[in-house]
Amino acid sequence: MTMVKTFPRGGVHPPACKITAESPIRTAPLPPEVIIPLSQHIGAPATPIVKAGDKVLAGQCIAEAGGFVSAPVHSSVSGTVVKVDTFPDVSGYRRPAVQIKVEDDVWVDTVDRTPDLVCASDLTPEEIIASVRSAGVVGMGGATFPLHVKLAVPPGKKAELLLVNAAECEPYLTCDHRVMLEHAAEVAAGVALLVRALQVERAVIGIESNKPDAIAAMSAAVAGRPGISVEPLRVKYPQGGEKQLIKAITGREVPPGGLPVDVGVVPCNVGTALAVYEAVLKHKPLVERIVTVTGPALAEPANWKVRIGTPFSWLVNLSGGMPEDTGKIISGGPMMGKAAPSLEVPVTKGTSGILLLPASQSLRRPASPCIRCGRCVTVCPMGLEPYLLSKLSALSRLDEAEQHHIADCIECGSCSYTCPSARPLLDYIRLGKAVVMKKLRLQGRK
Amino acid sequence: MNTILFTVATLTFTGLCAALILYFTSRRFFVEEDSRIDGVQEMLPGANCGGCGAAGCRAFAEQLVGADSMDGLRCPVGGDEVMKNIAAYLGREVQAGVPQVAVVRCNGTCENRPARQHYDGADRCAIAHALFVGAGGCAYGCLGCGDCVAACQFGALSMDAETGLPVVDASRCTACGACVKACPRGIVELRKKFPGNRQIYVSCVSHDKGAVARKICAAACIGCGKCQKTCTFEAITLENNVAWIDSTKCRLCRKCAEACPTHSIVERNFPARRPAPEAKPAAAATVGTPNQA
Repeated sequence: MTMVKTFPRGGVHPPACKITAESPIRTAPLPPEVIIPLSQHIGAPATPIVKAGDKVLAGQCIAEAGGFVSAPVHSSVSGTVVKVDTFPDVSGYRRPAVQIKVEDDVWVDTVDRTPDLVCASDLTPEEIIASVRSAGVVGMGGATFPLHVKLAVPPGKKAELLLVNAAECEPYLTCDHRVMLEHAAEVAAGVALLVRALQVERAVIGIESNKPDAIAAMSAAVAGRPGISVEPLRVKYPQGGEKQLIKAITGREVPPGGLPVDVGVVPCNVGTALAVYEAVLKHKPLVERIVTVTGPALAEPANWKVRIGTPFSWLVNLSGGMPEDTGKIISGGPMMGKAAPSLEVPVTKGTSGILLLPASQSLRRPASPCIRCGRCVTVCPMGLEPYLLSKLSALSRLDEAEQHHIADCIECGSCSYTCPSARPLLDYIRLGKAVVMKKLRLQGRK
Repeated sequence: MNTILFTVATLTFTGLCAALILYFTSRRFFVEEDSRIDGVQEMLPGANCGGCGAAGCRAFAEQLVGADSMDGLRCPVGGDEVMKNIAAYLGREVQAGVPQVAVVRCNGTCENRPARQHYDGADRCAIAHALFVGAGGCAYGCLGCGDCVAACQFGALSMDAETGLPVVDASRCTACGACVKACPRGIVELRKKFPGNRQIYVSCVSHDKGAVARKICAAACIGCGKCQKTCTFEAITLENNVAWIDSTKCRLCRKCAEACPTHSIVERNFPARRPAPEAKPAAAATVGTPNQA
């Protein structure tokens, strides 16, 4: 048996709980109404180009990119715009969004909705990037970074390798797993397009070894494509962290404050590869995604193919309704997801899952004093000292925190997960990191 | 005997040498410093709170001595008395400042804004603010973790367990502004201090539109503008769906509080109104404990 690759430092092993791994992707029926946020990506929010009363088609652009680091937003349904207003997002803060009343399901006629596999033609990198940009494709692993920005490699730097992130190390989530099983050929075509867009020789798809079926499916799909290979990875959280994945597969380390492209790597999520295939070869903007709706007490946990803007409540009802003793609604996985205030929150481009945790698993244990056991240091995949950073951050000694590389924290939560005293380590680190990052950005601008 | 003499002589000689070295070094490296800085520092309260804008009392003393006039320089903790003494010491003129007091502008008590979520994260407003809107669902209201209380050096702030809101003890508040800086939502404001600690202010900072704000909190300012119309001193401005009373223009007539349909305008430490049975001034008075005089 060969050694499967992994990152060398830290990491934790939360129970996988992948209860929906065997559930095929089901297409969710359309909700009566969708709320499509205008800020579903990192960067400037999109500028709406529709107003109340307008008729829109599915796939029609309803908001243009508000800057270079931004992405356009498309209507996921056909119907009438109810209003352009602010609606609560997953944090509860109100953000601009477009509310659309669903009528029928009429698509823009350029969109190819047939399941036929289109083979890559001789598109130039510029054409691919332009299609990706106009389709509003963003990183679908959760960071929602506009993909066209990532594909435009800054001058002076050279991409050598495309790294497709299919680790899916978050417990409970299975959307990427199902995509690889059911859309392997499309993902492979998407990866080939990205390889062409970046003008790189090689692409590696990293999959955790607890998904042997996905490894087999993807290996078969990329068999005829030279330069693209599949790499099994050891099961360890956060294997799917960008920097951890790069370290595991290439052995290179992204410098502090640097980007993956500094070491010649461009990472992207497997769901993004599928979205790229659909955007470029099927002319379909990013208006749908796979969402894992799951939870230990949920009647019918499932992987749904959902239109962007569908309320969480619609999907939870499709999956058997909210269990009685639900204590927490999490958008995303249990390690890095965000607790949602209610089910009246729309699915966005970055929503990978909806997790309903029972009350017994929702509450934190009360924090007790640090016993200096050093477990947080052992598990930190970035080699930081979480106990120290959180203390410095709590005391607002941010210059010292900066010297101890608080800005390198990837917020994976391994420290808080492992702390025997249940200290809110990551909460404080995030607080300090936000201030330090802001300072560094201001310095960078000067 | 010789040993003792020898020892004494050696020590005396070494001591003299060291004294000479120290004497010449101190002469050589003497820093010319205005002796008045020490004097001014003596007069300052020594709280090092940063309320004046300087890093501490010493830095402020340097600023005071170095500046040409006392305009714009004021120790909020020491107040007029200290500033007058310093002015006399430095031989300058000083104008009486406006004494201020911190005011918490949120009425989101447990009744007005019941908790919809349970927050068990780190007990810091700054952290809760970055994570979500708060258990009450208001994106602008008090989060109740007490960052302002922790920031106060003078013990003027405390959390009211019943309302979940911070309460200002006006007699202890020095208006240093530490709480204003600590609040991630800009709820605490420094307002002019009136005789008897009377205060009338809009106890809400929500930018939400009226209907949204009202749905979240029963005592929210809905930006209706009624108060603005009743005010005869042009002290009230309306911006971002929320009214604000300029305390320097306010004459404490209390007409605006009567006009406010949501009782978001709060009056503190006033004598009871004479005959106003239907206006229910008691409702406004019960939200939050009045400041102690």
